Amino acid sequence: MFYRETGQFKTTYQADQAVFPIRQDRIGIAIILLLAFAGVPLLASEFAISSFFIPVLVFSLAAIGLNLLTGYTGLLSLGTGAFMGVGAYGGYKLATWFPDVNILIPILASGFVSAAVGVVFGLPSLRIKGFYLAVATLAAQFFLSWCFVRIPWLVNYNISGAIEVPTRTLFGIPITGPNATATTRYLVTLSIVVLMTWLASNLVRGRIGRTWMAVRDMDLAAELIGIRLYRTKLLSFAVSSYFCGVAGAMMVFLWFGSSEADTFSINQSFFILFMVVIGGLGSLVGSFFGAIFILGTPIVLRALPGLFGLSIPAATVEHLTFMVLGALIIFFLIVEPHGLARLWQIGKQKLRVWPFPY
Amino acid sequence: MDMLYKIFLDPFVQMASAPDLLVQTLWEGLVSGVLYALIALGFVLIFKASGVFNFAQGIMVVFAALTLVGLHAMLRDWGVSSGTAAAYLALALTVAVMFGLAFTIERLVLRPLVNQPDIILFMATFGMTYFLIGLGELVFGGEPKLMIADDLHLPRGAIDVKMLGGFVSFQKIDIAAAAIASIMVAGLALFFQKTRIGRALRAVADSHKAALSVGISLEQIWVVVWFAAGIVALVTGIMWGARSNVSFALEVIALKALPVLILGGLTSIPGAIVGGLIIGIGEKLGEFYWGPLIGSGIESWLAYVIALLFLLFRPQGLFGERIIERI
Repeated sequence: MFYRETGQFKTTYQADQAVFPIRQDRIGIAIILLLAFAGVPLLASEFAISSFFIPVLVFSLAAIGLNLLTGYTGLLSLGTGAFMGVGAYGGYKLATWFPDVNILIPILASGFVSAAVGVVFGLPSLRIKGFYLAVATLAAQFFLSWCFVRIPWLVNYNISGAIEVPTRTLFGIPITGPNATATTRYLVTLSIVVLMTWLASNLVRGRIGRTWMAVRDMDLAAELIGIRLYRTKLLSFAVSSYFCGVAGAMMVFLWFGSSEADTFSINQSFFILFMVVIGGLGSLVGSFFGAIFILGTPIVLRALPGLFGLSIPAATVEHLTFMVLGALIIFFLIVEPHGLARLWQIGKQKLRVWPFPY
Repeated sequence: MDMLYKIFLDPFVQMASAPDLLVQTLWEGLVSGVLYALIALGFVLIFKASGVFNFAQGIMVVFAALTLVGLHAMLRDWGVSSGTAAAYLALALTVAVMFGLAFTIERLVLRPLVNQPDIILFMATFGMTYFLIGLGELVFGGEPKLMIADDLHLPRGAIDVKMLGGFVSFQKIDIAAAAIASIMVAGLALFFQKTRIGRALRAVADSHKAALSVGISLEQIWVVVWFAAGIVALVTGIMWGARSNVSFALEVIALKALPVLILGGLTSIPGAIVGGLIIGIGEKLGEFYWGPLIGSGIESWLAYVIALLFLLFRPQGLFGERIIERI
């Protein structure tokens, strides 16, 4: 009824190729952005912001990174955590080397470090495919995790072996380090994530994204129509690692404030893969859904017994959370293998033709 | 130059000068290789028959071992006085539990997800992993437990053999592990080659559709295969548990088995065994002779690098079926 494109005529190619061609979508995204930029900082508590909203944004960005590789190019990677780690440590080294540079620049530049590492570990991808490649990326995961622990140079020889984020300011307001408030960190994170999502959405619908999807659908056929496989796959590894690297740097600089090596363990990689698959492979909005679902479900599950006035020991709740999360993952895969993004699409379609079934 | 000498010559000089140490290291590598091979075997069985890359195999090992130890403790509490009787009763019950698990997985996970892309099934096994971790901890508690090695009459102690100018010590449990693994592999091979169900299994592995068309029940085969993988997991769990103890830390051995798997080839049972031995021995030799040069803990990634090197020359693993691609 209200979600219908009737009467919205496109008279130029620019209008036809807009990111949001339908007016209602534009209004919707404006409302969401308004809520995210103004609503959340005003309404949510500091605790909620630093324990839910910032993590969701950081993981969404990482999930977008993995989605570019796995969802759009069809290369399964289990090394996301390590690439995030490279970004985090790279950003930290850059911030130490150039203490006077605005902190946003090391955060965004850290992605280039992890992109370089990503390309190196993407090299086997031409010869190795499918699950073999997934296990090959595990080599990256374990080797890099080992480096984070064993090379003290990465953390400037801190005794604790952890990154300690210095306080840096933007327009005179501290945005990193212990003095930064959750709200400012949230706003900085949000700005970076919005910017990079916009970048990704333009990347995937342009020439580069189309070559990626051609490779995903069938790489031999893609090669036959003149796509250079090696270059395309490595570019995908590089861009994906860039996104993951920036996410990792944000994780340390804008969320944790300090970080140990095992933050970037194999479990982190699996966690992000969950988000991508549950959210929807090959969908950017799905990455956000996936992050919200995977981070939100445990919070809801832990809160549930309290709501019903049951007192269950914390350990039991923890075990039940694991069980329910596992069962939910299987359930969602059975109900909708294309992820939450597909459900979203179906919902939109239903809304378009409402009140008719089709 | 000094560095090159240390990397390329010095380890071999050390090997030659202390052959007893070399034999000891090789033996340890062999034993861990056998255990990796056992886990990889579980993976391969399932991958061949149902095309599922079963990430939950590692947790099935832990779950089986936990069930065994937990049931044993429960039986003792309920008044089974003899430890041995309780142990074997628990063993039988655990086998039943693994069958129930295989049946449930087939019914609730595999059947609804049939014909989905590989990655979806892969993710579903992740879901199973989480579920089994939660279930195991909920029922049996999360703290590490001792494997009931004595009640199962597993041998203990070590045999010291004098050879090559020194002593080499062989743990009896390791010898038993190697023997049991060999028996199990031989048994599986017989089962595959000689029985009716084994023949059906091979048919399914070749082609699901062709197998269906000649009247083989996929559902039944899947239950059998997951049950077989569960038994392999139980044996692995007992052996591994007797060497250290039973806890969810064992889960990481699943990750150890992955390089074995791709080295040998995802679809090959001999590949899993040869791959396991190569990785086990390579890992121990690398850790012992080259580890001090680079820093300890290289065990965690060395296996992957070995596997990756092999893969660059044979993308389908050593024994895997040749990957043929068509447009």
